[in-house]
Amino acid sequence: MTPLAISAYTVTSAVGRGRDAHLAALRAERTGLSEQRFEDAELATWIGAVAGLDAVRLPREVAEFDCRNNRLAELALGADGFLDAVAAAREKYGARRVGVFIGTSTSGVRQTELAYRDRGTAESLPDWFDYRTTQNTFSIADYTRSRLGLDGVAIAVSAACASSAKVFASAARAIAAGFCDAAVVGGVDSLCLTTLYGFHSLQLVSGEICRPADAGRKGLSIGEAGGFALLTPGADPGAAACLGCGESSDAHHMSQPRPDGAGAVLAMRAALGELDPADVSYINLHGTATPANDASEDAAVSTLFGTTVPCSSTKGWTGHTLGAAGIVEAAFCLLAMEQSFMPRSLNTREKDPALRANVLLGARDQPVRYALSNSFGFGGTNCSVLFGPAP
Amino acid sequence: MSVAIKAVGLAAPGLAGWADAAPILAGTRRYVPAPESAYAPTLLPPNERRRATAAVKLAFRAAEDAVTGSGADARELASVFASSDADMSVLHRICAALAQRPRLISPTDFHNSVHNAASGYWSIGVGSMAPTTTLSAHDASFVAGLIEAVALARERAADVLLVAYDVVAPPPLAAKRPLAISAGVALILGPMAGTHGSLEIDLDGDRETACDDPALETLRTGNPALRALPLLSLIAARRAGAVTLRGTGGLHVAARYTP
Repeated sequence: MTPLAISAYTVTSAVGRGRDAHLAALRAERTGLSEQRFEDAELATWIGAVAGLDAVRLPREVAEFDCRNNRLAELALGADGFLDAVAAAREKYGARRVGVFIGTSTSGVRQTELAYRDRGTAESLPDWFDYRTTQNTFSIADYTRSRLGLDGVAIAVSAACASSAKVFASAARAIAAGFCDAAVVGGVDSLCLTTLYGFHSLQLVSGEICRPADAGRKGLSIGEAGGFALLTPGADPGAAACLGCGESSDAHHMSQPRPDGAGAVLAMRAALGELDPADVSYINLHGTATPANDASEDAAVSTLFGTTVPCSSTKGWTGHTLGAAGIVEAAFCLLAMEQSFMPRSLNTREKDPALRANVLLGARDQPVRYALSNSFGFGGTNCSVLFGPAP
Repeated sequence: MSVAIKAVGLAAPGLAGWADAAPILAGTRRYVPAPESAYAPTLLPPNERRRATAAVKLAFRAAEDAVTGSGADARELASVFASSDADMSVLHRICAALAQRPRLISPTDFHNSVHNAASGYWSIGVGSMAPTTTLSAHDASFVAGLIEAVALARERAADVLLVAYDVVAPPPLAAKRPLAISAGVALILGPMAGTHGSLEIDLDGDRETACDDPALETLRTGNPALRALPLLSLIAARRAGAVTLRGTGGLHVAARYTP
C-alpha cells in the first residue's frame, strides 16, 4: 500500500489520558488494571477502567449520543491536540474528503443493559433509551463524525477484537480508491456486563491480573479504551507512517484461534509486503493471556520471524480493550518508535517454556524502526498493521 | 471507481432469490407479498448450522444465491458483510439475562453476539482464509458496504463478495429499532468484465432514488439492505442509468450502471 502519514494520534485507557500518561506508565511498568468491580458485577476479576467517565459531558450539539462509550470517545478525542489536528485537516481537504473509520465490538451496549434493567416488568423499554445514538454499532462512528464536523465516508468496523486494527486497512483502501483524501481512524470500546459475563461464560476471564505468555496464565483481564489517529497522504520521508495492513481469516472456529496460527501468518505476511521479516524491530502481540491465544500467536510469530525478533503484549497495562485493542496497540508501537523503547511483557513472571518467540521479560532501550501490531478476533478474523518511517 | 458486477443474490419476503425476483424488479411481473420462508444454508456444516442465528442464515441465503452458478470459488473471495444491527435477538437474550439473577449468559449467544458472526461462519463454512470485514453504517449500511467492497476489489484486483443483511428485532427492541422485514442482498464485484454489467460509484449524488412501485418502496425503506433495490432494478432491467443512494450524514452516493 501507499504509505500514509500518522499526522496525529492519541490514546486513553485505564493507564491514563493521552500519550504522555501512557509513556510514563510503560516506563514505570505501572499497570492500569485493578481488582475493583464494574458497577454491580459480581465477578471477581481485574478490570481496566477509565477514570472520570461519569463526569464527561458531550457538547450540546451532539448530546443525543450520550452513553459510556461515546463519553469515552469524547475524553479520548480531547487529548494530545487531536481535535485541532483534525480541524486543520478538515480545513485543508474539506469535510467531505476526510473519512471516518472507527472500530468497536459492543458500541453503546451498556445503555441497552441499563434500559433492560430499568424496564423491570414493563413491556417496553424506557423512553430515555435511544437505540440509534447509543446501541447501534454505527453510533460510535456517527458520534466521531459529528463531533469532528466531518461529512464524508463514515463506517463502524465491527470485527470483534480486530476491529480497530482493520480500520487502518479500510481507510487505506478508501483513500487509494479516491473515496477520501485523508482519514480519521480509531477504536472505542467500554466496559459493560455483556463482555464481562460473556467472556466469563466461555471461561476466558482470569480471576487474577492477566499474565500474557506466562506459564501459569489463566485468561484475560477486560479493559476499556479509546484511541484515534489521523492518516494523511504524501508522508515525508522518515515520518512515522502506516506502511502496510494484512487481513485474513482462520476458517477454523468462532471463538478459538487456529492452533497452528496459519491465519495469523497470512495476515502478518501481507502487512509486511516487501519488507524482510528480519527487519522488523518489535512486534506488539495480540497476547490476550488466554492459554489458546498466546500459544496460537506464538506458533504464527515463530513460523514467520523465528525466535529472535523482540515482542511483547501490552495487555498487562490496559487489559484486553477488545474493539479498541488495535488502536491502543498502534499507539504503543508509535510510542516505541518515537522513544526507541520496547515495553516488556508486564505481569509475566515465568515465561511458558512451550512458547518459542522472543517475549521480552524486561524493557529495552533500543531503536524501533519497524513495528508490527497484531489483532485477532472472534469469528477467526486476523489483522496485522506495520508502522515505520515513510520511504 | 468502476467495477464489474459478476453475480447478484437476494433474500426478502416475496423476492426469494435473484432469478425469481429479477422480473419483478425489472417491472415485468407484479410483486406479490409473501411471508418469509424457512431456509437451511447449504454451505454451513451441520454443527455450525445448529448454532447459527437467524441473521447468519439470512446472510448465507443471500450470499449462496449470488455464489451458486456464478462460477466464483467461494474460498477465494474476499468478503464484506454490511449490517446495521446484526442479530438483535441475541442482544435481547443477553440483556434480558443480565437484568436477572443469577446472570447467566449462554456461551453460544455470546460468540454469536459479535457483529461479525456471519462473516466468521461464512469463512468457516466455505473454508476461506481470505480477508473479510464487517461494518455498520445504520440505514446507510448497504452503500457503506458497497464503497468498502469496491475499494477492496480494486486493492486486491480480484472478485469480492458483498453481503448486506438485517433481521427484525424481537420486542421490546423492535419498538426502538423498527424494521418492517428481514432481508439480505449480495453482490459479487470484480475488476474484470462481468455478466451483469458494470457499476461506477461516486460521492456526487443529489436526491435519494426511491422505487417507482409503492410495494417495493415499502420494502426499500423497511430494511437497510433493501436500500439497494433501485440499483437492483436497473441491473434486473439491464437498463443503463444512475441512482442515488443515501449515505451517512449528508453524503449522497451516485451509482451509475452500464449493462
